[in-house]
Amino acid sequence: MEDIATLTLAGALDGLKKKEFSSVELNQALVDSIDKKDGDLKAYLKMDPEYILKQAAESDQKRAAGDDSSLLGVPIAIKDLINVKGESCSCASRQLEKYNALYDATVAAKLRYAGAVFAGRTNMDEFAMGSSTENSAFQITRNPHNLECVPGGSSGGSAAAVAGGEAIAALGTDTGGSIRQPASFCGCVGMKPSYGRVSRYGVTAYASSLDQVGPMTKTVEDAAILLKELAGFDPHDGTTLDVKVPDYQAHLTGGMKGLKIGLPKEFYVDGSDPEVSQAVLKAVESCRAAGAEIVDVSLPHTEYAIAVYYILATAEASANLARFDGVRFGHRAESPKSVFDLYAQSRAEGFGTEVKRRIILGTYVLSSGYYDAYYGKAQKARTLIREDYTKAFEKCDVLMTPVSPTPAYKIGEASQDPLKMYLGDIFTVPANLAGICGISLPCGSTRGGLPVGLQILGPAFGEERILKTAYAFEQMQGA
Amino acid sequence: MSKYLITIGLETHVHLKTHTKMFCGCATEFGSEANTHVCPVCLGYPGALPVMNGEAIKQCVIAGLMLGCEINHYSTFDRKNYFYPDMCKDYQITQMEKPLCIGGGVTIDTPEGSRRVRIHHIHQEEDAGKIIHYARHSGVDFNRCGTPLMEIVSEPDLSSPDEAMAYLHNLRQILVYAGVSECNLEEGNMRSDVNISVRPEGQEELGIRAEIKNMNTFKGIYAALEYEIERQLYIVKKGGTITQETRRWDADLGETQSMRTKENAHDYRYFPEPDLVPVTLDKEMVEQWRAALPELPAARRERMVKEYGIPEYDAGVLADEKPNADFFEIAAKLCGEFKTLSNWFMTDVMCLLSESGKTITQCSLTPKSLAELVTLVKKGVINGPTAKELLPELFNDGLMPAKMVEERGLAQVSDSGALESFMNEVFEANEKSVADYLAGKKAAAGYLTGQVMKLSRGKADPKLVNKMIAEKFAGMGG
Repeated sequence: MEDIATLTLAGALDGLKKKEFSSVELNQALVDSIDKKDGDLKAYLKMDPEYILKQAAESDQKRAAGDDSSLLGVPIAIKDLINVKGESCSCASRQLEKYNALYDATVAAKLRYAGAVFAGRTNMDEFAMGSSTENSAFQITRNPHNLECVPGGSSGGSAAAVAGGEAIAALGTDTGGSIRQPASFCGCVGMKPSYGRVSRYGVTAYASSLDQVGPMTKTVEDAAILLKELAGFDPHDGTTLDVKVPDYQAHLTGGMKGLKIGLPKEFYVDGSDPEVSQAVLKAVESCRAAGAEIVDVSLPHTEYAIAVYYILATAEASANLARFDGVRFGHRAESPKSVFDLYAQSRAEGFGTEVKRRIILGTYVLSSGYYDAYYGKAQKARTLIREDYTKAFEKCDVLMTPVSPTPAYKIGEASQDPLKMYLGDIFTVPANLAGICGISLPCGSTRGGLPVGLQILGPAFGEERILKTAYAFEQMQGA
Repeated sequence: MSKYLITIGLETHVHLKTHTKMFCGCATEFGSEANTHVCPVCLGYPGALPVMNGEAIKQCVIAGLMLGCEINHYSTFDRKNYFYPDMCKDYQITQMEKPLCIGGGVTIDTPEGSRRVRIHHIHQEEDAGKIIHYARHSGVDFNRCGTPLMEIVSEPDLSSPDEAMAYLHNLRQILVYAGVSECNLEEGNMRSDVNISVRPEGQEELGIRAEIKNMNTFKGIYAALEYEIERQLYIVKKGGTITQETRRWDADLGETQSMRTKENAHDYRYFPEPDLVPVTLDKEMVEQWRAALPELPAARRERMVKEYGIPEYDAGVLADEKPNADFFEIAAKLCGEFKTLSNWFMTDVMCLLSESGKTITQCSLTPKSLAELVTLVKKGVINGPTAKELLPELFNDGLMPAKMVEERGLAQVSDSGALESFMNEVFEANEKSVADYLAGKKAAAGYLTGQVMKLSRGKADPKLVNKMIAEKFAGMGG
């Protein structure tokens, strides 16, 4: 019998339905796989076999009783900033090392409702700030394709778990590329839904106007299955939109014929790793060969995206992370001399370097006398970037671009140079700024055996379209 | 010595009368056990998000309409960042860029005539928790955290503590009339920050101001203003300069004290609240709200004079507090005795209110029980003194007068046979008074009436007794 731990989400659901194996067997296989591999990968911050198998046994009983909930019995790994009642939710930070969630995030409640098993807490950059998962306060996750390389970030734990056979599927969050980039580095599928498509309630906030939860899976079909469960209006999140959730999986049909694919020229410039550019252009070529029309488009304000992102995201973060002050939340300093001292010491001791850097940056850009020059200007530029995409989607159905200028790099290689690390987000942050959707899926490898990702971007609430395109491409690849 | 002008502006925070908090479903109830009306949202748990309370928005807009403001049909919320233990998020959700209401004003009476005090704007925000200090530590009660507040910011149009009082009194009256707040000062429903400066007459530019924070009694505000004016005048008259600063009022010491100077002022780093989408108000809906606005106090006074034929003075006293006017109008419709009712309310009832420190809604007197009492007197079932004796029990215990009269046998004795025998008894026992009367001392009749009342244990109809005694004397040739 094949190792059921390596199954896709669709495959696992099928096997459970056909009673080829039980949820306990499936989850046991995953636990065994984690036991075997995670010593190297370090994808999980916390994984409790007893808790997992208890949920699995319950779901087997439910199935025996006729329950056929959509995700019944399938383990889903959870990025460690999504609150699941009773589970730890450290955000990979010392601040919340001992914090247990007191309520379910909406996405957690939805998974619970669909019968999923909460499989474990995956590692991440502290408070989702980073692109390599090296900013975790607790451990460094490794890339399953090369243990010396980073898995990308900030959802590096989820990506490594899915790609490394330690998870059937996982949840990640994407503020500036944190789902798509690690999916690209690790060679799995990662999708950032449009802003407002998935509830943020219960997801510890990094940058509220940019954060989105999304699926990280082995296949496009799996992403479609999981997104359907996560998406939808939430009365607890005023920024979700009341737009009907389509049956994404049912629309995974058709090929490339008649599809208009836009190539934004600003995304195909020197500076990217040639192996990445070649792999992506080869993917585009194969789409053309399969009947798609390729059109050139321009997103003229792309060059401002990184600066805009690091102003707006850090500004929002500086407020979102203020509550970790040692009074009600966060690490509390031992013997402060005053309330001010309590704040200062607790925050100095509790936050890591990158988080402090971003809080300081965000505080600065909002400060009196600087607001107009930084935050105010960045908001205007954001509007221009959004308009770029609206115009581009008048000319094409989807955009195809690289996910990251480079494949996975060596651990420690970029972490000494924050600016270089920030520039690596150039192809992913615009989608967050524009509020549109995007998906990353594998389109080849470097000579060194590292995966290269293809990014497909669609207009806001165009998830159906990019999933369909991605599925067609995936089928061509497999063929 | 030159004269000085005083300039005062107020920022008044008013709790709205919603059942739930500004951004979550927790109750806004006052006086519950600490930290019982809390949830992940108002406690700022990681990941929790605010959700707009539409009723609070409506109430704020209604307040704005009552105060003559322009309503912003597109309004946004902002985050105000500062660290303080009474706010778990360490930022307050408020409105800075586009508040709900702009302009408007409150008319006040001054010795120089009536004047409009302009309002700069009204914005909506959430309240913070309450810090309680103990001997060796402090605690926070988060029940109040997230309660809907509106902040009414006046222009610096006031020039004396008396004017500030008139403004606050009229503002409070309008908000209570609007039905958007209880404006209960003891419960901290209405708190004000005052900005105050002085300048020599003839100087255009306003003087440097000091802000006194967070006062919740009118008396305290008045005293703080008086103190602060004196302090500032003392400094400028000596040739000194006022420091721009935030001060606090210490009611025990009766003085204002410096909290922080301009150099140490907070930089609140306002920015748009990304968790809330802008509030868009449908024009038609706002017009519907405008059409359904309750009467303003002045209009009510006028109407009460017309409708009930009571004197302007009475209408003014009754309409001063909306609950009193509401009470009067319900009772008036039940008993139809408008002036009598007004007299009862303005004297006996108000006396009980002030003695007990209660409001008309807190005491047990109901419009029905007072109307019944007035009717019983009117019909001659009981006399005035009996009614006055019953009132405290209506007020304190919620008893109904008709039932009391019946159970206690308090009905007036109007049966002339019974009165006749009381009278004969009194005449026999008081021969001297009878003789006095017959000798011309007419005052003796009053004494005799009193004696008859006494015999009847207060239940005799005094008018009837007077009449019968007069007739008896007439028969005796007196």
